[in-house]
Amino acid sequence: MAKSKLRKTFLEPLGKNNPVFVQILGICSTLAVTNKLQNTMVMVLGVMFTTALSSWTISLLRNHIPSRIRMMVETMVIATFVIIVDIVLKAFYPEMWKQLGPYVGLIITNCIIMGRIEAFALQNKPFLSLVDGLASGLGYAYVLLAIAFFRELLGTGSLWGYQILGSWWTNWSIMIMPPGGFFVLAIFIWVIRETIMKEEKA
Amino acid sequence: MNGSITPLAIFFASIFTGNILLTNYLGMCSFLSVSKELKTSTGLGVAVIFVMATTTPLNWLVYQHLLIPFGLEYLRFIVFIIVIAAFVQLTEMTIERYSEPLYQSLGIFLPLITVNCAILGVSLFMVIREYSFFTSFLFGLGSGIGWFIAIIAMAGIRQKLRTAKIPPGLEGPGITLIIAGFMAMAFMGFSGMIALS
Repeated sequence: MAKSKLRKTFLEPLGKNNPVFVQILGICSTLAVTNKLQNTMVMVLGVMFTTALSSWTISLLRNHIPSRIRMMVETMVIATFVIIVDIVLKAFYPEMWKQLGPYVGLIITNCIIMGRIEAFALQNKPFLSLVDGLASGLGYAYVLLAIAFFRELLGTGSLWGYQILGSWWTNWSIMIMPPGGFFVLAIFIWVIRETIMKEEKA
Repeated sequence: MNGSITPLAIFFASIFTGNILLTNYLGMCSFLSVSKELKTSTGLGVAVIFVMATTTPLNWLVYQHLLIPFGLEYLRFIVFIIVIAAFVQLTEMTIERYSEPLYQSLGIFLPLITVNCAILGVSLFMVIREYSFFTSFLFGLGSGIGWFIAIIAMAGIRQKLRTAKIPPGLEGPGITLIIAGFMAMAFMGFSGMIALS
């Protein structure tokens, strides 16, 4: 029983309850940082770290937080972890930190984190919440990496900064510009929904 | 900040060329979920303009006169979000007091302004771009207006879309994102006029 719940908690955010393409949360950063794989990687690691640990922390504190001010407490906890990410990034990867600009700070307002805390961590035990946070982070991560893969490849002909496609390739510069993000995400959601719906009907 | 960009140019640039929603993707969550109806969109849009125009200069004051003198710049995330949360609470109470139907229709989304990334994003951009007090007010106001224009336009289009036939997998967020993509392309047309930063 306990084990199956753990399994379910871990698997749901990866598939049918995915934060990005099912719940449509955390779209801002999904679009903003996916024009380069490297940026995306750093971003998803930051988000996974924050979701997992803030879910865990809130779950530990869940019986002590007065419900009237719980939003405030949640934001504080999230902000604390984001500050850690920000400082670490600034200290070890200043270049990356500059490129990501305000988006590191904006992890605080990533609705996935707040959403998981509200929906899950407030009712569940710390370890389960940690797993849930981590799985939500993973569900977010692979979608972002997939989108970044297509945007960087089509937009610049390279992956991870290395040139992949030869000189015959004409860059689709629209892909790395804002509209490209919207289109790729829309197509991604479309494909996923079609396939999921097909499966459910069958 | 280079002196060549006047505050007025920043104001217009933040509405059109550097639209906070369509070029920086901020505030997408509420944009996608609220833009179904013109009336609620207007309400939320006005609330966003108000909150942005007030919190950005407020955060500027706090940052320049509290955080920098004490060397606490790294605490800016927490401090900014507290200022914003307090302000949103105020907006919420005001709307509840004066416009009951609007309060009803906005429902859950008013508290969510706190986690509307656009609001915090504007304050963070303000710090990174080193604006002055007056400029940050104009930047906040302009970004708010830009967000307002975007959500109004989207709500109008979505109301027309109700009668359209859309592939089932694309309904809801999918089609909204594609429209947003087209809107972003349209706004790119402004980009030759003024450059932001």
